[in-house]
Order: sequence, then structure tokens, then C-alpha cells
Amino acid sequence: MSTDMSKGSAAVTLADSDFAVDRKTHDVRSAALDYWSRVRAGDLGALPAIFGMVALVVLFTALRPDTFLSERNIANLSTQALQVTVLAMGLVFVLLLGEIDLSAGVASGVSAAVMAKLIVQADQPWYVAVIAAIAVGIVIGAVIGWLVAVVRIPSFVVTLALFLGLQGITLRLIGEGGTVPVRDEVIVALANKNMPVWLGWVMAGVCAVVYAALQLRRWQQQRARGLASRPLELVVAQAAVVAAALLFGTYVLSQDRAPSPAITLAGIPWGVPLVGVLLIVCTFVLGRTAYGRHIYAVGGNAEAARRAGINVVRIRMSVFMICSGMAAVSGILAASRLNSVTPDAGAGNTLLLGVGAAVIGGTSLFGGRGKARDAVLGGLVVSIIANGLGLLGAKAYANWLITGSVLLLAASIDALARRRRATTGR
Amino acid sequence: MSTVTPVLDLRGVHKSFGPVAVLHDVDFVAYPGEVTALVGDNGAGKTTLVKCIAGIVRLDRGQYLFEGRPVRITTPREASALGIEVVHQDLALCDNLDIVQNMFLGRERRRGMVLDEAEMEEVAADILAGLSVRMSGSVRQPVWALSGGQRQTVAIARAVLGDSKVVILDEPSSALGVTQTRQVLELVRRLADRGMAVVLISHNMNDVFAVSDRIAALYLGRMVAQVRTADVTHAQVVELITAGRSETLEARRDGRPGGRRSAGPLRAGAVPEAAEPPA
Repeated sequence: MSTDMSKGSAAVTLADSDFAVDRKTHDVRSAALDYWSRVRAGDLGALPAIFGMVALVVLFTALRPDTFLSERNIANLSTQALQVTVLAMGLVFVLLLGEIDLSAGVASGVSAAVMAKLIVQADQPWYVAVIAAIAVGIVIGAVIGWLVAVVRIPSFVVTLALFLGLQGITLRLIGEGGTVPVRDEVIVALANKNMPVWLGWVMAGVCAVVYAALQLRRWQQQRARGLASRPLELVVAQAAVVAAALLFGTYVLSQDRAPSPAITLAGIPWGVPLVGVLLIVCTFVLGRTAYGRHIYAVGGNAEAARRAGINVVRIRMSVFMICSGMAAVSGILAASRLNSVTPDAGAGNTLLLGVGAAVIGGTSLFGGRGKARDAVLGGLVVSIIANGLGLLGAKAYANWLITGSVLLLAASIDALARRRRATTGR
Repeated sequence: MSTVTPVLDLRGVHKSFGPVAVLHDVDFVAYPGEVTALVGDNGAGKTTLVKCIAGIVRLDRGQYLFEGRPVRITTPREASALGIEVVHQDLALCDNLDIVQNMFLGRERRRGMVLDEAEMEEVAADILAGLSVRMSGSVRQPVWALSGGQRQTVAIARAVLGDSKVVILDEPSSALGVTQTRQVLELVRRLADRGMAVVLISHNMNDVFAVSDRIAALYLGRMVAQVRTADVTHAQVVELITAGRSETLEARRDGRPGGRRSAGPLRAGAVPEAAEPPA
């Protein structure tokens, strides 16, 4: 073919080598092949978390056959997972930009301390205290965001400084060696009380049906307009898996798990639907709004986003505010579970577990990749580890070592997958 | 014969960065339906000129006519609103987003709060089809999985998404292989055939001669020639780039003094055969 394109001639034959046919309809086979080639190219998605979860459940069931899969332990596990999941969900926003918030854990501590003080010492109703706590979280996030986005200090340094500084604030609020008890019924109910069994079933059923309906409607619209769509079989299978998981979880949590036959203890802990709502809201924001799209864009290529007219500073600030705001919710859940707030609330390994949960779930530390559901999957994995090690009676040193190793392993998978993508991109 | 109004018409443009004068008294025109190649050695001022056109840097002095009307463009947004789009050398794509998402980045279509994915996907597919580009696989594949030529195509498709009148391409083929270069050049030609004014910055004389209608040569911040591609030879353009003048070219133009001054005599608008209306 000659390289001389005579001026004005529109019809130039196109070589098919590189730009081939578009809009092939996917059947199950080609979709599966497509998926497999994506996985091989380093697009792992939720696979590591799911494999990890299965492996851990098998391991702990084998080691503690009587206790690990008992209804009581599963209920316990689900409340354990609440706080780390919410913390991780906030961190997903920050990680999507390739930033880090090391102070999210202690921010949750400060917020919880504010809430507890307002309830106990200022006699405020629970909702005032909760709003104040979340506001404190958002203010902390705004300060971090301003220092990172406007002053341009690396987020690592800013949040490391706040990691230390905020512990001082919690200590000042609660007093050395002190504990503020949380006895407010609503707050305590979050992690300690259960929904009526019937309500749990209704909720699970409604969620499953609505999810399936939304997926099907989307598929139908894509089909009707001739857009890229997945095969119907896969859409149905995915809806079925989600429905099965919801209903199975509800079934297990609806069994009587009271230690004595004299009383009944059953139902989904109230904190679970709270996390469910947060999951839906975050998934919607990240996946269906322009704001969410811009977060991914800034995380993928900040300069490209800036040239596209996106206000990068605003996006940067906002994710830290979301992260710290969600951390406040996580702190409230933790206070509910412990019925108190201590000076070391949110310190220790809280933050590492949150980051670990997000990364295990599939969110990249390098920015641009991640979903709200990663926090749920990763939060479950992290909680299974903590729960299982507790059942095994593992020594504290082993606990630290294992938790650290798991985080490192998740980060390694993330880094290797990223390298894989870099080499596969032609 | 009526003359076609140039889309871009810059007259007597000056630009300095501090004490360093980068553009002196530069004239530059670009016509709808034509590919204008902007050539020059490194440091000749090509990038600065393009940045002035796109509103990334401001002119110090000079007139900027857009479709015959004087305009003042001080931000990329204003340039974009007029229909001037730049495809930068680094493409400015987000690897983690798919083709549709990249094309609509920063100007997403929505219904209320919610992104209208179906609408965006349809428009994107239509634009790619209109450019006679067929992407292997779906328009929903992430950009990291694309080849260099495909990425370039996405960046160009992104630039023509609005009602673009001027598309400026900075070294589109510098990182591409032979086949991909040819495909991108075909695409460049097609943009012009659809009535857009295309400005192509290139170092590659083969590309320039393969695709351009006009050549504008910058030398040390001065426009030394703006001529029809058909009127010059390879060697003459190389002379213009490296020495700022071409003896043979000037000889053919009745010994008029070219080269040193801003190419008044060689200005494309003054050449009669410029007045071909686009198809």
C-alpha cells in the first residue's frame, strides 16, 4: 500500500491487522475466555480475596471444627468485620487516588471520643453525638486534604503527623487511663442487637430482587440499543450468586445462637444493614456519577484529568474528607462493640487492618483501581484471620506477624499484577 | 475565485518567556479541510505556537483571528469552547479507564446525577465508526490493553468528540511502528476530509509529505515559510528547517527575499491556489 494519500480522497482502505471488527456479541464461552485473558493480563479483580476467604474458612474449619463455623462465631465475625469494613471503604477513596491516609484509624478514635463525651458528659441525644462525630471526621479530612492538595505535602507525611497528633487529642479528651462508657441504647444496638428475624428475611429478599432487576434492566437496555453487553446467562448467574449469598447469610444469622436454651438470640446485627447502605451508596457514587468517574481519572492520570478540565484539587480534598468521615462511622461501630471509648481507640493495628482489607479486596495501592465492594470482601478476610487466630488461641506475637505478612502478601499481589498489566499493554 | 476564510489566522504573534523571545512576529494560518504541517527543529517554537493557539500560554502581542473574528484566548477551556482541541504527544489518557470513559472524560453525559453510559457508548461508537476506525474488541476495553496506534486513535477521537473545528496533533507518530503510523496518518487525512482544520506537528518528512496540504516552517522563532506541500520538495523543507531559508525555493519565487522576515511573500493565503473550498 502506498503511503501517499492523495489529498481529498476519503476512501482509504484500512488494514485489518490492528483495528478489527467491533461489537461482536459475547456468548458465555467468549465471555469466559475474555475474562480469563484479563485475569492473565493482571486484572485480578476480586479473585485473590475470594480464594483467600475460601482457603481461610477451610483452614480454620479444619483446625477448629466445633467452634469456627458455629452460628455464634459467624454472628461474632460479622460484627467484628463491621468496623474494619467501613474504615476500608473510606480508605478505598483515598487509595483510588494513589494516596494514603495513615491517620484514618486514629481519626475514628477521636470521632468516637467526641461522640462518647457528648453523650455521657453533655447529655446530648445519640443523633447529635453521631452527627458531631462525623463532622469531626470530615473536618480532620478537610485539613488533611488541604495540606495534601493545596500545600502539596505528600499524604504519607501529613497523615503520619496526624497519626501521632490525633492520638494526643483522644488522650486529652478521655484522660490518661480513663474510659468513657457508651451506654446509649441506639449506639450499643449497632453491634450488639439484632434485627427481628422476619425483617432480616424481608430485607435480604428485597435486596436480592432489586439487584437482579437492576442487572436485568441494564442488560436489556444495552441489548436494545446494540451496546456491549454480557451474555444473559452470566447476568443471571451473577444475580443468582448475590441472592444466594444474601439468603444464606440471612439463614445462618437467623438461627438461634443463644448459649442457653432458655433464651433465643437470632437475627442480623443492626450494623450489617448500615454497612450494606454504605456499600450501595459508595458503589453508586464511584460507579455511576461523574464525581466517581473523576476520582478514577485523577488516580489513573492526574495530568490527563487536569487537562480534561477536572478540578483535581477539589477531588483530592474531597476523598480525604470522605475517608475521615467514614472513619468516624467506623469509630462509632467500634465504640458500640466495646461499649466504651478508650484513649487508644483506633490506634494500634486498626489502620493497617483497614488498608489491608482494601488491598486484599482488590484495591490497588498505586491508584486508579478499586471498588467499594473490595472493602467488604477484604474486611471479611481480615476479620476471619483475626477471629480464627483468636479461636486458635494464638499468641500476640504470632497475631502481629501473621497480620503483617497478610498485608505484605496482598501488596505483593497488587504490585505483581500491576507489572503484569504494564507488560501486557502492547 | 472566492477565498476561503482560514479557521485560524494568527498575525504578528510575539511570545517571550522572561528575557527569552520564543516567537517573533509569527504569522500562521490553517484552513478547514486541510492538513497544515508545522515543522521546525527542536526549539524553533512549534510547541509554544501550539500552546498559544490552544490557550495554554498567552500571546504577548499579535492578532488572533478565529474564523475571521478577532478573539482573545487565555485558557484551554476557551479554546475548547471555540472548537480547538490538542492531542498532546503524551496523549493524556487515563490507562485505568475504558475507551468510552476516556473520550468523555471531563464532559460526561448525564441524566440527572447519573452518568448516561448508554448514550456515551453510542456516541463513542458512532464517532469511531465515522472515523472509519474499528477497534478490535469492544469500546469498553480499558486503555491499558490497547496498542500505541489504538491509543493514539482514542486520543484523536476524544479531540473530535465535540464540535471540533481545529485539531492540533503533536508528533502523533513519534512512538509508533510503520503500520500504526500509516493508520494514524490515514485518520489524520480523514479528519481534514471531514472539513476540520488539522495542524500536524511532525519531525518526519515522510509523514509530512504523505498527509499535509501545506507546510509551515518555523526557524528560531520565526515563520520562514508557509507553502503548499505540492510546491516544495523534501530537500527544500529540510533546508527551511535547518537553515531557515531555501535558495532554490526563493529562486523559484522570483528572487523575492524570503527567509529572514516572517515569510510575507510565501504566506499561504497569498498563494492563489489556496482558494480551494473543502469538499
